[in-house]
Amino acid sequence: MDEINNNDTKSNSRRSFLKKFGIGVGIASVASVAGFSLAKGNNGNSYSGDMVKLLTPDGKLVEVPKEAIQAVKLDTDKMKEEARKGLSGKKFVMVIDLAKCKNARKCVDACQEGHMLPKDHEWIKLYLLQENSETSRYWFPRPCFHCDKPMCVSVCPVGATYKRHDGIVLVDNERCIGCKFCMTGCPYSARVFNWKDPEVKMPEGHVYDPELTIPPIEGTVGKCVFCADRARKNELPRCATACPMGVIYFGDLYEDTVTNGVETVRFKKLLADRGGYRYREDLGTLPSVFYLPPTQRMFPVERGIDNQTDEIKERYKKAGPR
Amino acid sequence: MQTDKNLLKDLTPEIEKTSTSWYIVFSVFFIIFAVGVYGLIQQITKGHIVTGMRDNVVWGVFIVNFIFFMGLSYAGAILSGALHLFHTAWRRPVIRLAELITVISLVIGPFFIFFCIGRLDRLYYLFIYPRIQSPITWDVIAIMTDLVGCFIYLYLSFIEDFAILRDYKELDVPNWKKKVYKTLSLGFTGTPAQKKIISSAKTIMATMIIAIAIIVYSVLSWIFGVTLQPGWHSTIFGPYFVISAVFSGTAIMIILMWIFRKIYNLEKYITLRHFKNLGVLLIVIAAFYGYFTFSDYLTKWYGSIKMDSLLIDKLFSDYSWLFIFANYVGILLPIVIIGLPRFRTIRNITISAVIALIALWINRYLIVVPTLETPFLPIQDSREAWNIYSPTWVEWSLTFAGISVFGMLFMLVSKIAPIISISEMQEIDEEELLK
Ligand code: SF4
Ligand code: SF4
Repeated sequence: MDEINNNDTKSNSRRSFLKKFGIGVGIASVASVAGFSLAKGNNGNSYSGDMVKLLTPDGKLVEVPKEAIQAVKLDTDKMKEEARKGLSGKKFVMVIDLAKCKNARKCVDACQEGHMLPKDHEWIKLYLLQENSETSRYWFPRPCFHCDKPMCVSVCPVGATYKRHDGIVLVDNERCIGCKFCMTGCPYSARVFNWKDPEVKMPEGHVYDPELTIPPIEGTVGKCVFCADRARKNELPRCATACPMGVIYFGDLYEDTVTNGVETVRFKKLLADRGGYRYREDLGTLPSVFYLPPTQRMFPVERGIDNQTDEIKERYKKAGPR
Repeated sequence: MQTDKNLLKDLTPEIEKTSTSWYIVFSVFFIIFAVGVYGLIQQITKGHIVTGMRDNVVWGVFIVNFIFFMGLSYAGAILSGALHLFHTAWRRPVIRLAELITVISLVIGPFFIFFCIGRLDRLYYLFIYPRIQSPITWDVIAIMTDLVGCFIYLYLSFIEDFAILRDYKELDVPNWKKKVYKTLSLGFTGTPAQKKIISSAKTIMATMIIAIAIIVYSVLSWIFGVTLQPGWHSTIFGPYFVISAVFSGTAIMIILMWIFRKIYNLEKYITLRHFKNLGVLLIVIAAFYGYFTFSDYLTKWYGSIKMDSLLIDKLFSDYSWLFIFANYVGILLPIVIIGLPRFRTIRNITISAVIALIALWINRYLIVVPTLETPFLPIQDSREAWNIYSPTWVEWSLTFAGISVFGMLFMLVSKIAPIISISEMQEIDEEELLK
């Protein structure tokens, strides 16, 4: 996405990244401490003079003496608050080009690695679909659709699932009571439940953050988060970068641009040119994920099965028209 | 207050002394209950992986039991309310039964929701972070209202009986029980003014709990109805659930009447007439319930909406036997047996009630599980348990624990209060004297 953004939005998003982690608050206090110390320094107890440039939350570049910088603790409350609000002035969308998908499954691996998921949890799932016996089969990657009228959010009794300004739907696993109502509510089976302790080893001092959803917490639900942590840093989701075919485009509806990391295109034009659509528009959930129909494919569908392990092959045994 | 001693002895068989069989039956129930507790401990320590629920079928037998017990409770409320409002004489021996069903199932039902929740330790979040958009929140409010209403109603009907027990000096019970009666009877002495207050309070509460029960059970049905899932997204669900609740409630009343009559020798009080009357009610409700079931499935089957057809296909293939039992046998058999006068014996009516009750449980299962096995995107998974739901021993142990708690609570109530309302029975005598 970097290449499509001008510097202004870049620094904007960096600022929101800092702000989110509560670092802004930390620096402000460092600066004030520094001011005090410098005054003292003038009275003879001076600093060595090594200065460091830092960015304040309101976007000003300041210099502070190196010695005055102390590590600040993450302001987790602030972090959570920001994770609830999302990025202002954005509306993230994804476009998935079904014509290019060959079930390479790199998106699944990258997602599982990035979010420390147990191997049997797939936030992005690959379906082998066929509309009817006359039409051909095609591969269908399904992340969470981050619906604009999300059933999962409506039915959640404690507000653990929520929709943000930027369109991303997240789950706060520290709030979720595990009633699974959202799982019956979501018509796209996008949610997975942590049926047992996921047993992931956490790095020391790791704090839970709904944008990353690490670690998965037993007895709560998880789902694709549109890599909200990366979006904040102006980076593409893990699945989009991992895909060798460039199937997954990600971007901002307001900017009308999406990119798969290789090419950047106009979102509306792409949909118009290629006949983009949303899965099951009739359900009225208004997904943020758009599909380009599987036309003129480069690889036969069988390739996606042949190169796979037995476990994967087993999944598609019964796939057919339905 | 004067009370016929024989009447009192008959109706309070377990208050004074406890029979050996009481202990035996209670122990059996308790062992079943203990196994359930062990299952629950497994589930809490190892996680929900020990149940048969997986990502597609996220709700299983627990939810079925929840709907089932809540249905019994609401039906008990509707029946006892209606029995109270229509001043028929035959209601008197059985009205207490309906009231007890209401309260006891209402205590058990919510536990099955708790078993289904992944983070039981966060249950109080429902109160500190409530979101009114969610039908679960509606249900929390509804069930709490219902609990309060039903307890008040039950208590009102107990006051006179407690007063009678308090005034019955020869009653051979420990002192603490006497104290309990004294406190709980709230100084009721049977003056006309007191009687009038209680009677009008009961009438008000009876009307209210009927209304509450209907609303509350519809709210429960909307947990399913509001979702987009095939088979659940149906406008008929509210009334359908209420009707089927009354169906199961009538059935359980007949069964309990039979049991109580047998073990406590109440043949004098609970007669064929009661069985016949409730039996007729059962088949009237069965007809309504069959009608709702038929219209719901017919519209799904006749049209060509893809998801509905997939669901119906599933019901008629993988679930065909259960479907036939739940929706043909369970409805038609009671109608035939009770409908034909020559089959109408106490035993036959009870058998029909048992069939109806089991069929209804299966009907609930067929509402919950096949729908979840038919999601919009096909299930493509190599893990067997993810494709097809089959309940594990943990779920069954907790189910049977629920049933045994139902039994145990009835047995405990029989230790402290009359199982047939003495005050109601007395009034019969008075009425008869007046004739
Ligand atoms: S796809 Fe499902 S989980 Fe994702 S936002 Fe929509 S309803 Fe919610
Ligand atoms: S499982 Fe968690 S996120 Fe889903 S509805 Fe229940 S509380 Fe909300």
